[in-house]
Amino acid sequence: MSHVLDEAYYKQLHDLQAVDFVLVELNLYLDTHPGDEAAIAQYNQFAELRKRIAEQFESQYGPLMNFGHSLSRAPWQWKEAPWPWQV
Amino acid sequence: MWAYEKKLQYPVRVSKCDPLMAKFLMEQYGGADGELAAALRYLNQRYTIPDKVVGLLTDIGTEEFAHLEMIATMVYKLTKDATPAQMKAAGLGDHYAAHDSALFYTNAAGVPWTASYIAAKGDPIADLYEDIAAEEKARATYQWLIDMTDDVDLQDSLKYLREREIVHSLRFREAVEILKDKQDQRIYF
Amino acid sequence: MSASDQFRTYRPFLGPFDPCPPIQEKSYNVPPQLFISFQPPNLPQFSPYEALKYGTLWPALYGPYPDPSRKEAGGD
Repeated sequence: MSHVLDEAYYKQLHDLQAVDFVLVELNLYLDTHPGDEAAIAQYNQFAELRKRIAEQFESQYGPLMNFGHSLSRAPWQWKEAPWPWQV
Repeated sequence: MWAYEKKLQYPVRVSKCDPLMAKFLMEQYGGADGELAAALRYLNQRYTIPDKVVGLLTDIGTEEFAHLEMIATMVYKLTKDATPAQMKAAGLGDHYAAHDSALFYTNAAGVPWTASYIAAKGDPIADLYEDIAAEEKARATYQWLIDMTDDVDLQDSLKYLREREIVHSLRFREAVEILKDKQDQRIYF
Repeated sequence: MSASDQFRTYRPFLGPFDPCPPIQEKSYNVPPQLFISFQPPNLPQFSPYEALKYGTLWPALYGPYPDPSRKEAGGD
């Protein structure tokens, strides 16, 4: 992944950041509102959506997570740049 | 166990080489009210707080590490290709002498991070009030940082981080309400 | 609470021998969490892209800075 990053990379990354952010917000909210069933339903719905967007992103730009949470092609992709602070 | 994700929580863009601003931003990297202090404060307090609020401390503590990575990204980008002369002119000569352009956990004045920046009293109310105060101080620090730059891209990321302090403060205030409550009733308003 | 109602001002005493040009009016921030002791359920939400941009999922929790009613604030 040392090639030049295209427009699509930033677009897909932004999509993922947006969905993940909703999940962070709902998670913190649910930590203090554990009985809000509508919020739990929204959380689960976004978790499903997140899975699809992350899989799509990883198929093009490599694994988002280490330690078995993402699959790898050969050669081992995890160690490839760019790292988050480089893009 | 912690999981790492190979992405920032929010995009960080900076539009000019500005090592002086990097120096100021170190206040949120290794300063008393910075993101490292925040993460370590909450993740340490959680072992001795009622179970009801352990999840919240774990989650906010974890999010703070994502914010630490954003601040690191800002400092990294703002100093990446700065020359020794530029570092010196920005007041980072002392930093350069010890670290080149490596990041280090100091505040804006170069004082190394210390555990005395954080507290763990073991009293749930005292600790949560400490956390609320920490969020308000971090919010204020972000305000003064926003005031000191005219880089709109950098301001954008700093405004995002400031807003997170607001949300975290609210959640800690709610945690206090939860601990005040007698029988796990729902307590809106 | 509207986004433009999150700042308060005061007029500090101006000494006759203060060397810097006096700031007549000082302002400080009173962000929204001070007015919500416990978030009620089902508050209106931002879209996911807006939420990311504003830093919160709920408009009721959004606190702008600098004060949007002051033109000159921000930058140096």
